[in-house]
Amino acid sequence: MGAATQARPARPLLAIEGVSVELPTPRGALRAVAGVSLELAAGRTLGIVGESGSGKTMLSRAVARLLPRRAKLTGAVHFDGHNLAELDAEALRRLRGRSLAFVFQDPMTSLNPVLTIGAQIIETLREHLGLDRSAAVRRAIELLGQVGIPSPDQRLRQYPHQFSGGMRQRVAIAIALSCEPKLLIADEPTTALDVTVQAQILDLLAREQRRRGMAMILITHDLGVVAGRTDEVAVMYAGRVVERAPTHILFKAMRMPYTQALIAAIPKLDAPPHTPLKAISGLPPDLTRPSEGCAFAPRCPYASGRCRQSPPPLTGSGAQQFACWHPLEPAVATAP
Amino acid sequence: MLGFIAYRLAYLLPVLLAVTLLTFLIASLLPGDLAHAMLGDQATPDAVAALRRDMGLDQPLWWRYLHWLGGILQGDFGRSFRTGEPVLGAILARLPVSLELMLLAELTALAISIPLAIQCAANSGGAFDRLVTGVAFAKLSIPNFMAAILLIYVFAVALRLLPATGYTPLAEDWLGNLRSMLLPALTLALAEWPVLMRVLRSDMIATLQEDYITMAKAKGLKQRRILFVHALKPSSLTLITVAGINIGRLIGGAVIVESVFALPGIGRLLLGAIYTRDFMILQGVVLFVAAGFVIVNFLVDMLYAVLDPRVRHAHE
Amino acid sequence: MRTSKAAIVGAADAAAELWAGFAKFGWLFWLALAWIGWIVLAAGLADLLPLPSPTDMDMLERRAPPSAAHWLGTDRLGRDMLARLIHGGRISLTVAILAPLIGLLIGGALGILAGYFRGLLETVVVGGVDVLLAFPPLVLALAITAYLGQTVANLTYIIGILSIPAFTRVARAATLSLAKREFILAARAMGATELRILLRELLPNVILPLMAFFLLAVAVTIVVEGALSFLGLGVPPPAPSWGGMIGEGRESLETAPRIAFLPALFMFLTVLSFNVVGDTLRVLTDPRQAAL
Repeated sequence: MGAATQARPARPLLAIEGVSVELPTPRGALRAVAGVSLELAAGRTLGIVGESGSGKTMLSRAVARLLPRRAKLTGAVHFDGHNLAELDAEALRRLRGRSLAFVFQDPMTSLNPVLTIGAQIIETLREHLGLDRSAAVRRAIELLGQVGIPSPDQRLRQYPHQFSGGMRQRVAIAIALSCEPKLLIADEPTTALDVTVQAQILDLLAREQRRRGMAMILITHDLGVVAGRTDEVAVMYAGRVVERAPTHILFKAMRMPYTQALIAAIPKLDAPPHTPLKAISGLPPDLTRPSEGCAFAPRCPYASGRCRQSPPPLTGSGAQQFACWHPLEPAVATAP
Repeated sequence: MLGFIAYRLAYLLPVLLAVTLLTFLIASLLPGDLAHAMLGDQATPDAVAALRRDMGLDQPLWWRYLHWLGGILQGDFGRSFRTGEPVLGAILARLPVSLELMLLAELTALAISIPLAIQCAANSGGAFDRLVTGVAFAKLSIPNFMAAILLIYVFAVALRLLPATGYTPLAEDWLGNLRSMLLPALTLALAEWPVLMRVLRSDMIATLQEDYITMAKAKGLKQRRILFVHALKPSSLTLITVAGINIGRLIGGAVIVESVFALPGIGRLLLGAIYTRDFMILQGVVLFVAAGFVIVNFLVDMLYAVLDPRVRHAHE
Repeated sequence: MRTSKAAIVGAADAAAELWAGFAKFGWLFWLALAWIGWIVLAAGLADLLPLPSPTDMDMLERRAPPSAAHWLGTDRLGRDMLARLIHGGRISLTVAILAPLIGLLIGGALGILAGYFRGLLETVVVGGVDVLLAFPPLVLALAITAYLGQTVANLTYIIGILSIPAFTRVARAATLSLAKREFILAARAMGATELRILLRELLPNVILPLMAFFLLAVAVTIVVEGALSFLGLGVPPPAPSWGGMIGEGRESLETAPRIAFLPALFMFLTVLSFNVVGDTLRVLTDPRQAAL
């Protein structure tokens, strides 16, 4: 599971403080992310879990300021001694790809179809590490080998469409790792892949993370992905972090009814046949019309009047935090 | 790849054949008689009849077409009425001038439109973008001959920088050649750049929304590299296709430009043939130009396949 | 009292809606429409206007600057510029409107039939269009004029026929995208004959993008006719035409550039106006953009 922890560094590698992202839409301003604060220490893995529309992707883009042009970002993002939210464009560009790397969801669209994958790896190496061409080629071959691509010297000259989905994502990971980043953000890295390939890719990420002592953020809608692969998990709903805990505590003693419902919705291999899936009833909220109370209240089985009237603050002790007026009691909450 | 070429060739040949047929039929539109037109009004009926027999004009239409087509395929396009020189020879002698003009014009148009399109797409909706788009739209309403007159007025009459007419062959003096080609090429380029720029701009705007551009930014690449390498290459396919299709308009524009600037190219040959009613040259030039146009479009299609690896590999 | 108040409110509402409609089109659109209106009016009433004759030559007043007798001066043969501009406009606009009309009627019909009935008809039509489009248009127009003879009527026919392929393409594309829509299927399900579907359902919808394209074609025709006349191979002299006037003005560029620039300005404004109006309507009537 996580990297071996020595004495915890005084300052976390990444500290997101009160970050909000607003997008103008024809129906009004859409608050994709509302006042999120998170921390991540060097070498640790954080999982961010949520349904689509929960704001997890927007949050990850906000970290590196890769938001759409009309988006408004507020708050601070402290990374490696800089506030990325206010950093000038040139300094930010030098950080990206070098100290802070991304792996996106669909490798078919995140790789340029008319450039060879060799070109796409080498350009990053030459830009940030200043390698000359032959050194860059050698390093690229080495990287492709590390991510498990056979005959890397031949495959350098090929185009993305000549690779399978899983192979393409390995290439994307190779690109991300090429300059030894301190933080890797993987946004749904396996969602677009076959189930059989998913585990391989996740294992690859975990292995590389351990080897390099890299911090990693793993974003997914699938709680099954974060179990056993992350040190802590943050659950997002309607643009907010609603629960946060070290992974094993989250699964065994979650406090949020939403988290409980998410875990319950994971299909079990050993359940009897025709067991109905425990879907969460209702629809995700309309983010152009933020509700007055807790955003989850319309779908929560424990909701009360108070839940509908005022939004619960994020409270909690130490590593575990949650935002709920009626948090589940530690004794009651058991993962079924 | 070979299957792709063969398939396209199979389509090309019937079109070329139809082009020859249409050219021949247009020629037969002439009211009255070709022999009569050649000899003039004073000709005696006997002389006209003799010439008709000589030229095979008394034969049925289909016979004349096949006879003519046979000659074409052997390179015999007939002879000019006025000068007696072989038509094909006259065309080939003037071809280099027209080709040089069209090439310079297309290069100039690309040199203008590519940077403008990239700059507009990178800041689409901004003031510069709106200005350039507006100017491009207005330019579309200025035809070639109008632009030629304006350029002549500004550069030759008012500023006296460049010659208004006249042509210096490339072999003689390459600098003088460029001087005499500059205004003509610029005139044609000014007609082409609005279309090229608009196409590239809208293609680039679409490309810039793609995920791989976000990825390129996430990799911390320089903006310049993202625009020119990551965004331009996928967008350039449409540009090349449009540039290729534009060659037809360039040919028409070249006729006007060669006339205005007195360049000894194929357009001038065509017009001269019309003014002097030299129908052999006229027919030969029309056929040559139309067939050339079809073949060039075919080559543009091939180029498209070469540039887009996906098209190429789909046929492997 | 009440009814008149309601009437005032009603009128105010209508005016507000009209204003919103105006604003939607943009000021450029209305300006362009205004120019088209006045030039068409002036050209149409050319004979009734108090203008000197466009063909009377006054050798003593050659290339004269604007004066009381000649509001826009005279050309190299002493003919009144304003009169030639208006009369030339009449000829240029007549050709410009009639020629695309040929294309609209024939090309539109061919395109609709090809797009609706598909099959062999479509293959033949598309093949024919492709062959016609294999010729650079100006070259073809020049060649045919040379053979047929240079008259305004021939000019109109030739340009009209050359515009058929473009109209065929637009009509076919519009028909292809409309024929898949539900209202066609519904009509067929209710037992309507093909002819009825064509006339009552398809035609009214296809006519809109065709009309927009017609205006763009008018702009192109003015340019093509202008180019031919510029070369002396379009409208036969001494009849005035804008293109011809520009061509004639070329030799006076040193001494009296206005002789070339005035017709150029008129042509530019007219072509621009048709382009603006046509383009605006094209964007509005594109069947691919219309909501189901």
